Amino acid sequence: MKTVRIGAGAGYSGDRIEPAVELAEKGGLDYLVFECLAERTIALAQKARMRDPLAGYDPLLEERMEAVLGVCARRGICIVSNMGAANPAAAAEKAREIAQRMGLRGLRIATVSGDDVIEPLRSGVVAAQPLEGPLPPVERWLSANAYLGVAPILDALATGANVILTGRVADPALFLAPLIHEFGWNLEDWDLLGQGTVVGHLLECAGQLTGGYFADPGRKDVPGLAYLGFPLAEVGADGSAVFSKVEGSGGLLNRATCTEQLLYEIQDPAAYYTPDVIADFSQVSIEEAGRDRVRVTGAAGRMRPATLKVSIGYHDGFFGEGQISYAGPNALARAELAREILAERLFCAGFADLHFDFIGLNSIHGPRLSLQGAVPYEVRLRAAGRAESHAAAARLVREVEALYTNGPAGGGGASGSTKEMIAIASALVPRSCVLPRVEILES
Amino acid sequence: MLLHDIAHARTGDKGNLVTISLIAYRAEDFALLDREVTAERVAAHFRELIEGPVERYRVPHLGALNFVLRRPVANTVTRSLLLDTHGKCLGSALLAMEVRG
Repeated sequence: MKTVRIGAGAGYSGDRIEPAVELAEKGGLDYLVFECLAERTIALAQKARMRDPLAGYDPLLEERMEAVLGVCARRGICIVSNMGAANPAAAAEKAREIAQRMGLRGLRIATVSGDDVIEPLRSGVVAAQPLEGPLPPVERWLSANAYLGVAPILDALATGANVILTGRVADPALFLAPLIHEFGWNLEDWDLLGQGTVVGHLLECAGQLTGGYFADPGRKDVPGLAYLGFPLAEVGADGSAVFSKVEGSGGLLNRATCTEQLLYEIQDPAAYYTPDVIADFSQVSIEEAGRDRVRVTGAAGRMRPATLKVSIGYHDGFFGEGQISYAGPNALARAELAREILAERLFCAGFADLHFDFIGLNSIHGPRLSLQGAVPYEVRLRAAGRAESHAAAARLVREVEALYTNGPAGGGGASGSTKEMIAIASALVPRSCVLPRVEILES
Repeated sequence: MLLHDIAHARTGDKGNLVTISLIAYRAEDFALLDREVTAERVAAHFRELIEGPVERYRVPHLGALNFVLRRPVANTVTRSLLLDTHGKCLGSALLAMEVRG
């Protein structure tokens, strides 16, 4: 019986690269998928593209392609990735340049675009229906991208592409499309699409299935996290899948790691919305089938939604953060005095949105949930604020640093940074206003 | 006992939502999770960090509960001034909840 072997080469834009190389070399793969586009990443990429028309794709694209193109070409592994981000055409051109530099001729590189819907939304030609409260004013918008489904990836696969670079597509679609292509699944067989979606969902965060984001020493021990192996799935025509990782790689793959990842970022397990299907994971069965081998079956699905989700990235002011440490006897009292000084000065400077933490004491969950134990030997005061101008955000950083000579005794290790804040709003648009496109380059 | 003694958890974020799965190590402990860790108790546990009611979903055959929490708009991942902008550490705070064994 035919099976398809599909591996996860990245779970986010900055992910480790060598596990992808290990999978390509030793995983016996047919497909290697890199999911690299978090909600905000595309807005940052759009900004980069506005500064430079040849930029706006994943910053690690070049390094990743140099690492895997050769082995994938030799072994006939098709690469699918959303590393095209805000500029799939420029990403494909860069991939072709790398292929040619490596002496790889005749490689077909496909781009999937058409997810960028900022113009029709901004001009009001298409009405977006807000998902969580009103949308920000259009003059603050940086990007608006619809989550595409499998259709354009299937078109790219039908051309025999060796590398497919997309902008915004639904993460599971990167994995579901190769399965539909290989097995000829009907695009309205909702249960099969649901099962293919659970395969994509389990793989899309790469190391999070194989023991990453899992270890809790003494309770949940994971061997070899320094050399965590990324997962692959061997999928049958009925959508049943056996997940594993390369023999000898670090990490752990069992019922517990799969259950955590199955529910990761899921709201109702019976209704996971994607552009291709409303998947139902509530009856999924997870069986251990040997060491670091897990069999997953039993996902189902219902008809896909009528609308597509759009993520709008918008400028939301500037963020400033500064930190300074106090240590030894009375450290907390001195840190508290430093906080009072900052609050008074920054309040006078017109900062409305301010936040203070004592790192090591209450910075993660606030004073009530944090353990009310002994005062630690050292405390680090953190001040964070949001301002309309970069200059105001920089003022916060300066004020923290000025505590060296103007604040309580013994402040040390002051640091600070500013950045533009890019926020995300979500909306729904009719499918008919999104027109995906596929183009092919050849090396 | 603490939930940490009998269960593990994973936190995810989507927009202004935080999702926390809570999974029993042993199948026989699911009944205890199901009885003790109600949506109301989770909402009270996180009261100053979230807004509105908590949704709870059950997946008994996997020994799992799944909670959906709504963070105030000012504290969503892209706007938050908090150190843990994603809320990734919230699952660990849930495991600190006391339950009657």
